[in-house]
Amino acid sequence: MADDRPTPLDKIAILRSATPARIFLPRAGAALTTRATLDFQLAHAEARDAVEERLDADRLFDELTSRGLTAIRVKSAARDRRSFLLRPDLGRKLDDDSRQRLKALAGDYDLAFVIAEGLSARAIARHALPVLEKALQSLDRTSWNIAPIVLAEQGRVALGDDIGETLGARLAAVLIGERPGLSSPDSMGVYLTFAPRVGRTDAERNCLSNIRPQGLSYADAARKLLYLCHEARRRQLTGVDLKDDADTLPLGELRAIDAKS
Amino acid sequence: MYATTIRGTSYRFPDLKTLMAKATPLRSGDCLAGIAATSAAERVAAQMALADLPLSVFLNEALVPYEEDEVTRLILDGHDHNAFAPIASLTVGDFRDWLLSDAVDEHALAALTFGLTPEMAAAVSKLCRNQDLILIAAKRRVVTKFRNTLGLRGRLSSRIQPNHPTDDARGVLASAIDGLLLGNGDAVIGVNPASDSPEQCYELLSLLDELRETLSIPTQSCVLAHVTTTLQLMERRAPVDLVFQSIGGTQAANSSFGIDIALLRESREAALALRRGTIGDNVMYFETGQGSALSANAHWNCDQQTLEARAYGVARVLDPLLVNTVVGFIGPEYLFDGKQITRAALEDHFCGKLLGLPMGCDVCYTNHAEADQNDMDDLLTLLAVAGVNYVMGVPGADDVMLNYQSTSYHDVLAVRRMLNLAPAPEFAQWLADVGLTDAHGELQAPALPASFAPLLERA
Repeated sequence: MADDRPTPLDKIAILRSATPARIFLPRAGAALTTRATLDFQLAHAEARDAVEERLDADRLFDELTSRGLTAIRVKSAARDRRSFLLRPDLGRKLDDDSRQRLKALAGDYDLAFVIAEGLSARAIARHALPVLEKALQSLDRTSWNIAPIVLAEQGRVALGDDIGETLGARLAAVLIGERPGLSSPDSMGVYLTFAPRVGRTDAERNCLSNIRPQGLSYADAARKLLYLCHEARRRQLTGVDLKDDADTLPLGELRAIDAKS
Repeated sequence: MYATTIRGTSYRFPDLKTLMAKATPLRSGDCLAGIAATSAAERVAAQMALADLPLSVFLNEALVPYEEDEVTRLILDGHDHNAFAPIASLTVGDFRDWLLSDAVDEHALAALTFGLTPEMAAAVSKLCRNQDLILIAAKRRVVTKFRNTLGLRGRLSSRIQPNHPTDDARGVLASAIDGLLLGNGDAVIGVNPASDSPEQCYELLSLLDELRETLSIPTQSCVLAHVTTTLQLMERRAPVDLVFQSIGGTQAANSSFGIDIALLRESREAALALRRGTIGDNVMYFETGQGSALSANAHWNCDQQTLEARAYGVARVLDPLLVNTVVGFIGPEYLFDGKQITRAALEDHFCGKLLGLPMGCDVCYTNHAEADQNDMDDLLTLLAVAGVNYVMGVPGADDVMLNYQSTSYHDVLAVRRMLNLAPAPEFAQWLADVGLTDAHGELQAPALPASFAPLLERA
């Protein structure tokens, strides 16, 4: 057409950039067009694959130890992916062998990091190490005795309670692959629990969500996590009464974290 | 003690809740709770024992203790014995036949409403095939009103769900405009806020209200915040059309949501006092879903479908405009696959309608469930045949804030066309008036009505 003045539909197209939602999709009659249908199918396929994928735990373990970190591999009581999905209670519990090996490492720890694939091994493979490293760099080791890093297979968030309790840690930070969204198959979460022990509820934890380059950045995630760790230790609690005010209360320690990251 | 013998094998069920759980069609949540039938034959044996049980048993044996649960007290204290009279002598099996019979029509079902307890509705649903759940529910229409008329026969409404990961105003507006252009939004324009901060919710409420006012849309808006947040906002005179809350089927489940029945009643009074409804005063919006009580360890060893029906017992004393089960949101440990999700949605719609609720359904699944959009297509069509009041309209079926898949604006168009269903009458008239639909109610080729222009200037 000769007339190339912007039409009202061009104007609403400008709004498209305001949201990641699948808006203004064209229709073929009363249905979506082929292109939009296939785009959706691909996103769903990627999310499904992310759920089914298993973490390359050998590789991650090697990466941890090659950085001079002490690490230990454990398994939850969920034997396979199906029982992991259907029996959340099993994913929250250590298997017997893992419990025995962790007991041998029990000590007087201020903080235990747990890495678990959760529902997205992809998230852990990509984001766990960078966030862990940034957090560790910023912790003063003279006042923070850190437990060996625990790498857990088929683990849910509450597995950190069992692990933290078995190790004798005062705080547990669980880095875990979140339920994949259609537009975010590799999102990582971190759950922090004070005085971890079996039976803690989610209301007793603090959570950082959507950690990935397109969401909460590694540096921000590490900074918020460190803030929560310090506050949890100072106030002897985590959960609904501990708000994530890292943005509004820049402590000296947090500036130091920023400077390093 | 309940028992039945099949070909020499006797099956025994120590109490009513065990019988109900074992009679429930297979689903992962009941297995997780350790209360499901242990074999397919035991399940049918339980269904046979349940079929022979008089309905009146449910008035005498509470599944959740009366003394310890306000939902049980609400249900039993509110039971209407006169309305119950036509079915008082029936067994659960007889009741299924009665519901299906030609003599029982819409009026008979409406008259029965408060004579029926949620447990009775749940019990009979366990004896119904999917086809029965559809056939019976299709007889019953539940009509509610605020600024338009929802639930009429021949109509299918939709909620525009314009969620955004950070509640960005332009992003929410863009998704809402998209939905309106596709003829969605007559049930409600309702945002799940990413943050429960009162300030953020106030801004979203103002945004949606301005959108509705600017375009003179005969619909209602809602920000699906916690009821305590909405109460605060009403005190500050925020433009609250509907009070939203997630509810469950036991006092303990509701307590885990931070609510009780008194708080719901208080919020309803506050919303009524705002007098914002133009043609009706149904001011509540509830969401539910099988498995919520178990996930809060508040299930009293009852099956998840019965507890879901009990949540409807709570909803119906509050005259809601909208109630929807968010059926597949909870995940595969409660409803494993498309088959279980479909069954649960049809049960929920059936029980809700029999109990007098304006039932909608969020036809949905998560990425760790064994389900896909084909399952949702099937379920959406089945529910529309069953006469569901409304479903969700999510851009491209992909909720980018809650990370699950639902039904799209386009899906609503498709099912309306397949089954010759129209939006709510006032909304259909508005679509025609602004030029979005033609004389036959069909959407026009993509074009932006002149009345939308001011919105875009500001966006």
